[in-house]
This record gives sequence, structure tokens and C-alpha cells, in this order.
Amino acid sequence: MTLLGWAQIALVLGCVVAAAIPLGRYIASLAAGRITFLAPLERALYAAAGVDPAHGMGWRGYTLAMLAVNLAGFLLLYAMLRLQGVLPFNPQGFAGLSPWLAFNTAVSFVTNTNWQAYSGEAALSYTSQMAGLAVQNFLSAATGIALGLAFARAFAGGGVKNLGNFWADFVRVNLYLLLPLAVLVGFAFVAMGMPQSLATYVEAHTLEGGTQVIPLGPAAFQIAIKHLGTNGGGFFGTNSAHPFEGPSALATALQVWSHQVIPCALALAFGHMVGDIRQGRALLAVMLGYVVVATALVYAAEAAGNPLHLAAGLDAAQGNMEGKELRFGQALVALFTATTTGASNGAVNAMFDSFTPLGGLVPLFMIQLGEVLPGGVGSGLYGMLVFALLAVFVAGLMVGRTPEYLGKKVQAREVKLAMLAVLVLPATILGFSAVAMVLPAAIGSIQDQGPHGLSEMLYAYTSATGNNGSAFGGLTADTPWLNTTLGIAMLLGRFAYVVPVMALAGALAAKPKLAPSTGTLPTHGALFAGLLAGVILILGGLQFMPALALGPLAEHFVLAAGKTF
Amino acid sequence: MIALLRPAFAMVLALTLLLGLAVPLGFTGLAGMLFPAQAGGSLVMRDGHVVGSALLGQAFTSARYFQPRPSAIATPYDAAASAASQLGPTSAALLEAVQQRVAALGGGPVPADAATASASGLDPHISPENAARQLHRVAEARGLPEARLAELVAAHTEGREFGLLGEPRVNVLRLNLALDALR
Repeated sequence: MTLLGWAQIALVLGCVVAAAIPLGRYIASLAAGRITFLAPLERALYAAAGVDPAHGMGWRGYTLAMLAVNLAGFLLLYAMLRLQGVLPFNPQGFAGLSPWLAFNTAVSFVTNTNWQAYSGEAALSYTSQMAGLAVQNFLSAATGIALGLAFARAFAGGGVKNLGNFWADFVRVNLYLLLPLAVLVGFAFVAMGMPQSLATYVEAHTLEGGTQVIPLGPAAFQIAIKHLGTNGGGFFGTNSAHPFEGPSALATALQVWSHQVIPCALALAFGHMVGDIRQGRALLAVMLGYVVVATALVYAAEAAGNPLHLAAGLDAAQGNMEGKELRFGQALVALFTATTTGASNGAVNAMFDSFTPLGGLVPLFMIQLGEVLPGGVGSGLYGMLVFALLAVFVAGLMVGRTPEYLGKKVQAREVKLAMLAVLVLPATILGFSAVAMVLPAAIGSIQDQGPHGLSEMLYAYTSATGNNGSAFGGLTADTPWLNTTLGIAMLLGRFAYVVPVMALAGALAAKPKLAPSTGTLPTHGALFAGLLAGVILILGGLQFMPALALGPLAEHFVLAAGKTF
Repeated sequence: MIALLRPAFAMVLALTLLLGLAVPLGFTGLAGMLFPAQAGGSLVMRDGHVVGSALLGQAFTSARYFQPRPSAIATPYDAAASAASQLGPTSAALLEAVQQRVAALGGGPVPADAATASASGLDPHISPENAARQLHRVAEARGLPEARLAELVAAHTEGREFGLLGEPRVNVLRLNLALDALR
């Protein structure tokens, strides 16, 4: 670790916070319907769908409309991927995907996961990328943000049934938040070197007389929304490590900014929406605190290098360089890794599979903590609020105070719904991983022997269930078993989580809003932030310790003993 | 739910037309006008032919050229199939590969980038230390003084971006193009 490295990390995170402050205010205005600069287009979309954006929806109506849009999105994307061979903008003549792969990929992009069992430049046409995957990058992000805004409204008043209108939230988030930011960031990305072209791949004649086929595509715009919407699905196979998808250290820094800024701004928008910005700041402090710690751990582990390789004659100055690009440096790799897994993004600018054991443990654990640090767009906010409710409940148990959060009493029903949501993650991850580790059809996909093999499988189900999308890439994921079960894990991680969370929102909204009394635990100070951080670690992380001990931790000690497999 | 599917399909289709066709096609046109070189893949030309992309590494095996990092792609530096080794830290295959590369470079300590495969298999850069280690070989193969090549490497060494971001590096394709232009 160097001072220069930390200066890079501080600069990027400083830019995130500086932008999140005004953006949080803007999102709160957007949620209140005060942003209208594309009103004619907005009205045209409502008219095309035949929906009324003005009538309020209870949690059931809101959730059903959301599920309908996601089902429609899945069916259209599945059809598009299967029919790719006969659709336009396919200069390389790629055939349609297999049913397993199309199912996995369609689920992956609709759930904001962007797990990729294919390699973009070798399998997907420009239509599939631009009008299929990139559209879902917008729609799944808008789905998450709409749900986050609906959840926030549950705290705004007392005795309300109405959580907003899904259609209005969904369209406004797309038009007024994601689209303008994607255009701006997209142009910056083109300027930095990312291709944006519908031309056929170019054949170059190299200096040594060989040929090299240079892939192209409408990449920059899709990469912009891939980060802003915390989607993470790379246009090219090696994601943001590909020189066309991460052409410079500046580009990788802007990508980190892009996948952090909206989740961070949403925490502050929550503060504005409930009329107390300090509440938003407390959530943001916990989120960023974890990001800084995780960055430091990855940075330390990777900058130290792999002891076996150092002993084999590598100079220690650069750290562990297997699976890393030279231009980024270890500091920006560490920051990218911590933020992409904490934010449920899943893009990578280095290959986690080749990280040192502890360097690889951190991204795995960041996802397992529940994707709330700062989490996916919207999903990070409602996930964090679920933990906040559990934190006040735990505090209430410990000191005998009335558990209430922002004037809403937290009672048996709320705690049950919150725990139901929180348990989806460990049940799905550990259940599927355990089955996979004894099933020959699944074990055959593992590349590395020893504890690292368990890490590969555990990471896959963790990433899918957490809707992250990053991978220990040695795993051969494009098999019927993994495509199907990982697809189911993604669906559970998204929708089996969201339904109890929305029921929770409905239950909270209906409650009266109590004025704070002397018995109320303040939820904006350092005490609560510390409590919340602890609850995330214990309730979110502890159940994974046995699995982590058998995977990355065991590997760490094996590596220290000098053993290879 | 069925009653909701009609508006849901209509909404997704309308947004696909907007966000998946109209906007990206307009964006592509504008990007091509504003940044034609970058939008088209940062192609590098010599004598009217495309010789590569400034952003993508390409294979160099001759002693007469500076050589890039090891690439884990089945055909090294095949830009249509970017890939990493994905080998884990306790992989015997990876350790063996590192040992062989170190031996091929004449023994350690060698700069880490010279003996490890990049994430994309297309890393266009090597570290200045890696370039320095290749000076002698290239100078001998070309019959040029080492000092002259050292100057060339220094001229092609890019510092950290804005003096802060990333790592110092040398673009191998650009360096080798300059090398060919020396003769």
C-alpha cells in the first residue's frame, strides 16, 4: 500500500460523496413528481401503456405492477436472445442462444444481476446487447429504485395505504435520472476510448505479419448504464478489465463513481423524503465505512502478492499481477472490487479467481453481507432499511427501549417479514452450494482443486443470489445445471426478497407516525450507525462463517504452508 | 395479474424503442461525429493499413520487438476472445507457469507483469522495468546501441494519469512502431 494509492481511493470516494449530495436532493424531488423536463415523452409512455400515473397504489398493487413489468421484460429478452440469428444488427452472424443460456441470461439481466455465462464479443449480436441487455440495464435499475422510493414513503406519514404509483416512479426514474446520466457518462467513456459503433469487426495486420480481429460494438453507452444502474454485465467477455471497456485508470475511476453515486444518493434522498437528512447521512456513513474497510483489506492482500510466486522469482513491487491489468494499479483494483461487490454491481476490472485467498474473501463476503453497502440502486436502500429496523429491534431488546424507527413501531409482524427477507440470502446461497458440492453434474464445472474449488462454487451462488454478477471465472458456468439453478437463485434473491420487503412497507405505512419521546433511540447518531454496522455483520454475515472457513480461509493457511493443488 | 400484463408489455416495448433503439442509435451517430477515432476502436494505421488498436495488446514473439505480457487466451492476444487464466492462488499449474516464465527471462527477480497473465489477455502495456529488462535483447537483435533504445523507451513511458491515477506504463505497440521507424 502506498500513500499515492490511498490518495486515488480518497479522490474517487470524495467525488462520489460530492455528487451524491445534490443528486440525493434531486431524487427526492423526482420522487415527489417535481421533475418534469421531459413531460411530453413521459405522457406518451403512459398513453402507450394505457396506465394512469396519478392514482395511488397500496403495497400489493405496486408489487404486482412491478412483477408484471419484470415478467414482460424477461419474456421479451428471452425471445430476443433465442431469435438473435434472424434479428438485425448482427454483422458477425451469431446464432441464437441455447434455451439454458437464454433463460440464465434473461433472468440475469431482468434481476439486475448480470451474471454472464457467455462472452459478449463471441456470442451476442449488437441488437441483443443494445436493445436487449442494455434496455434491461435501465429497466431493472428503475425497478429497484422505484421499490426503494416506495419503501421510503412508508416512513413519510402516518396511517397511509398509498406507496406511490409504480408506473410513474418507473418511468420518471428512467427518463429523469438514468437516461441523462447514461448519456453524459457514455460520452465521457467514448472520449476515453470505449468503442461506440455498429460496424463489422476490423481485421488488423499486425507488425509481425499476423492478423488480429478487433471487436467493436455500441459499447460505451451500454457500459455507462451498466455502472450507473449497478448492473455490471460487461459488453466484452472480460468486463471492465478489457482495454475497450476499461481503457485507462481514469475510466476505471469513473466507473467506480458511476456504480456508487446513485446508491449513495438514494440514502440521502431517503433522508430528504422523511424530512430529516441526518437519517440519510447515518445510513450513508455505515455504507461507506464498510467500503473503506473492504478496500483496505483487498488492497493490503493484493499489494503484498502471492508468496509462492514471490518465492519463484517475482519482484514484490507490483503485488499480485495474475489476472490484473497494468494500467489500473492495485489501489484502483481494490476500490473497484470493494465497490462493485458492495454495490451489487458485479463488473470487474481484475479477475477475482486469481486474487490471493484473503483478497478474494472480501468480495465474497461483501455480497454475503446482503448487498446493502451501498447496495444495488434502490435495492441497497430497502435492504439497508430492513437492517435498520432489525437494528432498532435488537437495541430495544438489549436496553428495554421501545423499538421504533422514524416514528413507526417495530412489532412482531414487521420483524418476521424483515427476517423472512434477510434469510432468503443464506438459505439460497448455502442450500444451492451444498447441493452443488455433492452433485457430479455441478462439481464438473469447478476448475481449481483444493479449497479454492469450494470458493468458486460458493462464489457463483453468492453472486447470483445477491444479484451481483461477478464471478470466480474459472467455473464453467454455461452448463444446463448451473444455468438453471443459478437462474433460480437470481430470481429468489430478487423477488423472494422483494415481496416480503414490500409487505413490510405496507405494514409500516399503515401505522401511525409517533412523535419521538425520551424512550426513543435516536437513529441518526454514531451510536446507531455502530449498532447498524454490527447488526449487518452479525445477522448478514455470521451464518456464512463455516463456509468461508472451508473455502478462502482454509486456502489462506494452505498457501502459507506452501501447498499447491 | 393478467390485466397488468398488457400495460406491462406495452411499457417494456415502448421503453425498448426509446432506450434500446432511438437513444443508442442517436448516441452512436453523435459519438461517431464527436470522437470518430475512439468510437471506431482507436485503430492504428501504418502505410494505409490497420496494424492494430492503440488500446489492445498484440502478440510479439520476435527478439527484434519488445514483448507484451503473457496472455492466457488460447491464441495469445486473439482480440475476439478476451480471457484470463482464472487460475487460483494455490494452483500448481499457475505456479509452474510463473516458474517457467521467470526461467525464460533468465531468472529472478523479474517485474511481476512480465511473468503473469493479464485479466483481459489483451493488456497493451508493460511496466517500464519490464521494458528495461528487454533492452539488451532488442538492441542485440537490431544491432542498435542500448542507450538509443533506452531513450526510446523513456519517450514512450506514460506516467500516472494526472500524476495520480494508475501506474506508469509503456504501450508495447506504439513502442514497437517507433522502433520500426528508427531504421
